[in-house]
Amino acid sequence: MNAIENPGFGAGSLLSCAGVRHCFPKPSGGEIVVLNDVDLTLQEGEIVGLLGRSGSGKSTLLRIIAGLMQPTGGKVMYCGGPVVGPCAGVAMVFQTFALFPWLTVLENVEAGLEALGIAEVEMRRRSLAAIDTIGLDGFESAYPRELSGGMRQRVGFARALVVNPAILLMDEPFSALDVLTAETLRTDFLDLWQEKKLPIKSVLLVTHNIEEAVLMCNRILVFSSNPGRVAAEIKVTLPYPRNRFDPAFRKMVDDIYIRMTQRAPSTDRTKGQPSALSMASQLPPVGTNLMSGLLELLASPHFNGHADLPEIGDRLQLEADELFHIAESLQILGFAELEQGDIRLTPTGRTFADSEVEQRKRIFAERLRANVPLAAHIRRVLDERPGHRAPLVRFEPELEDSLTEEAAQETLRTVIHWGRYAELYSYDDQAELFSLENPSS
Amino acid sequence: MTDHPYLAVGGTVRAFLPNRWDLVAAPLILGGLALAFIGVRQMQAPLEVVQQATLSLDPLNLPEYALRTTLRMLAGLVASLVFTFTYATLAAKSRRAGLVLIPILDILQSVPILGYISFTVVFFMSLFPGKVLGAELACVFAIFTSQAWNMAFSFYQSLVTVPRDLEEAAQAFHFSAWQRFWRLDAPFAMPGLVWNMMMSMSGAWFFVVASEAITVGDKTITLPGIGSYVAMAIDQKNLGAVGWAILAMTVVIVIYDQCMFRPLVAWSDKFRSEQTAAQSVPESWMLDLVQKTRFLRLLTIPFGNAFRFSLRIRLPVKKVPIEGAISSRVIDVAWYAIVAAVAAYCVWQVVEFVSAELTWSDLWEVFLLSAATMLRVAILIALASLIWVPLGVWIGLRPRWAERIQPLAQFLAAFPANLLFPVAVVLIVRFDLNVDVWVSPLMILGTQWYILFNVIAGASAFPTDLREAASTFRIRGWQWWRTVILPGIFPYYITGAITASGGAWNASIVSEYVKWGDTTLTAHGVGAYIAKTTEAGDYPRIVLGIVMLSLFVTLFNRAVWRPLYRLSERKLRLD
Repeated sequence: MNAIENPGFGAGSLLSCAGVRHCFPKPSGGEIVVLNDVDLTLQEGEIVGLLGRSGSGKSTLLRIIAGLMQPTGGKVMYCGGPVVGPCAGVAMVFQTFALFPWLTVLENVEAGLEALGIAEVEMRRRSLAAIDTIGLDGFESAYPRELSGGMRQRVGFARALVVNPAILLMDEPFSALDVLTAETLRTDFLDLWQEKKLPIKSVLLVTHNIEEAVLMCNRILVFSSNPGRVAAEIKVTLPYPRNRFDPAFRKMVDDIYIRMTQRAPSTDRTKGQPSALSMASQLPPVGTNLMSGLLELLASPHFNGHADLPEIGDRLQLEADELFHIAESLQILGFAELEQGDIRLTPTGRTFADSEVEQRKRIFAERLRANVPLAAHIRRVLDERPGHRAPLVRFEPELEDSLTEEAAQETLRTVIHWGRYAELYSYDDQAELFSLENPSS
Repeated sequence: MTDHPYLAVGGTVRAFLPNRWDLVAAPLILGGLALAFIGVRQMQAPLEVVQQATLSLDPLNLPEYALRTTLRMLAGLVASLVFTFTYATLAAKSRRAGLVLIPILDILQSVPILGYISFTVVFFMSLFPGKVLGAELACVFAIFTSQAWNMAFSFYQSLVTVPRDLEEAAQAFHFSAWQRFWRLDAPFAMPGLVWNMMMSMSGAWFFVVASEAITVGDKTITLPGIGSYVAMAIDQKNLGAVGWAILAMTVVIVIYDQCMFRPLVAWSDKFRSEQTAAQSVPESWMLDLVQKTRFLRLLTIPFGNAFRFSLRIRLPVKKVPIEGAISSRVIDVAWYAIVAAVAAYCVWQVVEFVSAELTWSDLWEVFLLSAATMLRVAILIALASLIWVPLGVWIGLRPRWAERIQPLAQFLAAFPANLLFPVAVVLIVRFDLNVDVWVSPLMILGTQWYILFNVIAGASAFPTDLREAASTFRIRGWQWWRTVILPGIFPYYITGAITASGGAWNASIVSEYVKWGDTTLTAHGVGAYIAKTTEAGDYPRIVLGIVMLSLFVTLFNRAVWRPLYRLSERKLRLD
């Protein structure tokens, strides 16, 4: 990535982060690093994308820049001073819209101005102008619950724009919308941006959607996970409006796909086996149905065991992030290999796809014991204990030593689900107890 | 843009001329204000006026008595709201304050409401010697104690569960603390708060009636109101007058419900935080009426403007720097130490006060009496459940019935059951029934309806697809109850049963010790013990009784209701 020559203030630079680092304390003491050594400069007139998979800390970085969180280390500079709280001239658009349900569209837009102490008449004039710009005319007196998702996010945009921010922060603003609505909103926003109808000088966009990033941004920072850091910086020089079917556009999307899959657990090329997970590795939240589904699709004559990830994503209408998770699970269990943005079925994967239910479960159990140390560990503990029972809390602390609480919970849910499917052990959610009791026997 | 309707902040004159809706609403509201004024002026009369001007059982006086009772009720409600907004906010916003304030609230909640009154009467009387105001305040305080705690709890719960994205939005858009409170916290908490206010209301009617005529030792306080009217009717064995009082109370509750709570519930619906449109929107003719008026709304504009202006005020408050972890830990330890010391001192004071006059045998006696009361509560809740759960399910699954019965059940829950006690006493005396057994139903007379209307609500909300699935698989009879409907209504039932049991504990003080003229019926129980000692002004024993009762209530809640509630939250939620 480009070295930042001057971490302070260059010409046209609006905001800069230097060596930003963020950690969460662990229950057992110590800390988990979610963001490590991030440098970032925002120049005037550009849209910068923070692209990464879930858990890569990109939303955390956005919140640190917004002044909603204090970083554990490093500095964020804006307008010549460090950011210590939400600062004037920075506005935010939320993934969940974050509209006040008890305020009308107009009142929601006015709320930000009210906070600035702007006189009522001026406040009303500016709000109506923003509502006008963003295409919400006629909806001033509607409550958010009366609006569709797309209209709600328009309110979110109007609320952010009305305070005349220099920087607009967007936290996955289109990911809660359906495909069509999201596309309309993106295009509308880009049109306004291109026609210079917006007061903003620069935009920071958090997303996990590769196409969205390529469609909108001048520059993309690709984040890697555990700990989150900038893995690559990609300049997008395609002229606006960009065309998704333009070969140059497709090439760029494919390249980023490849980069991002490289970040998945690396493959030991010589043996074609995934490198060993450790006991406390995070497991992706993927159900066994999705895995079987993808394996069957790969085994179908159309693909014949080998496919391009973006193509699969398109065909299954899956976000890149979801697809990565499924592909990663298949790789962990040794059903498939990932390479250069492609996915290839292993012999085990093909046998699994061709088998009946009972056979599948047997194969799954075998792979689970061999490749997922946590599942094997749980089974071993159960085998050793006289009553063949073990409470969930027996395993929680071991995970929380190296994962955030959320990631640990997710990993446990996954290992419970996989273990149940494989009939490796059973689990009672009421008692939070693992056991070897099988209701069928 | 200039002729845009929303730009008309000032508006035209025509917009404020009275319209036909004003003709109806103005007399209603102005008349209410005038009545309130008359009532308040009488409160400032010297005490002698009240004590000498004897109450009269003439039914013509009832409207005035009812007005006085209602005003006390309103005053209590306002006090509870002020308490809720300050106490709960402090507890939610300051971690250290919350550590102390929430347990205190928990304890205050388990103290029987009539237990407070024996102390507060003396306290408030001494604040305003010779004035009725002191006694009035004591009565208002009784209403306050019956409402404030759970309102504060509900508000606190809402404040700590404000959605994170809204919180971030408020922060990112630079809301001031004041603006945040009125734009985010209070609106978010509103539906829960209004619901809790309604729940507390029934309890409050009960206690306002009970605290209008009270004897503590040598002090007898009689405040003109429906409660004292009934007390006098009991004294004079006048069953007709009791009938008139019941009628008056009915009218008052209906008016209160229609003019205050219906509008409040309908209004608070806009604060629901779900982002979807609701199927059934609560409605109120009163709210519609006020919202359609023109002139009355004009009167509210200055207040609205002042309020909005206050939201835009920015005080030059400096941001508090984030404290270092170490210094904050030191302060924590010091804070805990202070709290522990104060608590220990208070316990010591109580023990010293009580032990000066009492012996271990007193303690044992009160323990046994409390156990007797607990047995009563448990049996009654079980009996009421056996009766009302099947009936409630039956009604709830038939929407047309539910529509009619639901308001009736809510009305019955709000009706102060103590007005009906004389009737029960007459029957017990006439048929020479066992007092220990037959006064027990009085405890649950008023609160059993919570079980009924919660079960109705649960059965009405039971998903149609589950019912259809059950009938396609021919699940019937006991299996249907066990696997389909009982788990389905369980969370609702638990909510109702917790309220009913809390009410029953509270009611024990009035229902285990009932009078009719010179006949007194006393059951064995801690309620009767507190009532008797209060009448005798025996403070150490009042304290002992109240402490023991609170202890039993707390243990009962911890051991029975809390686990059941957890179970229903975790396992049996349908949404």
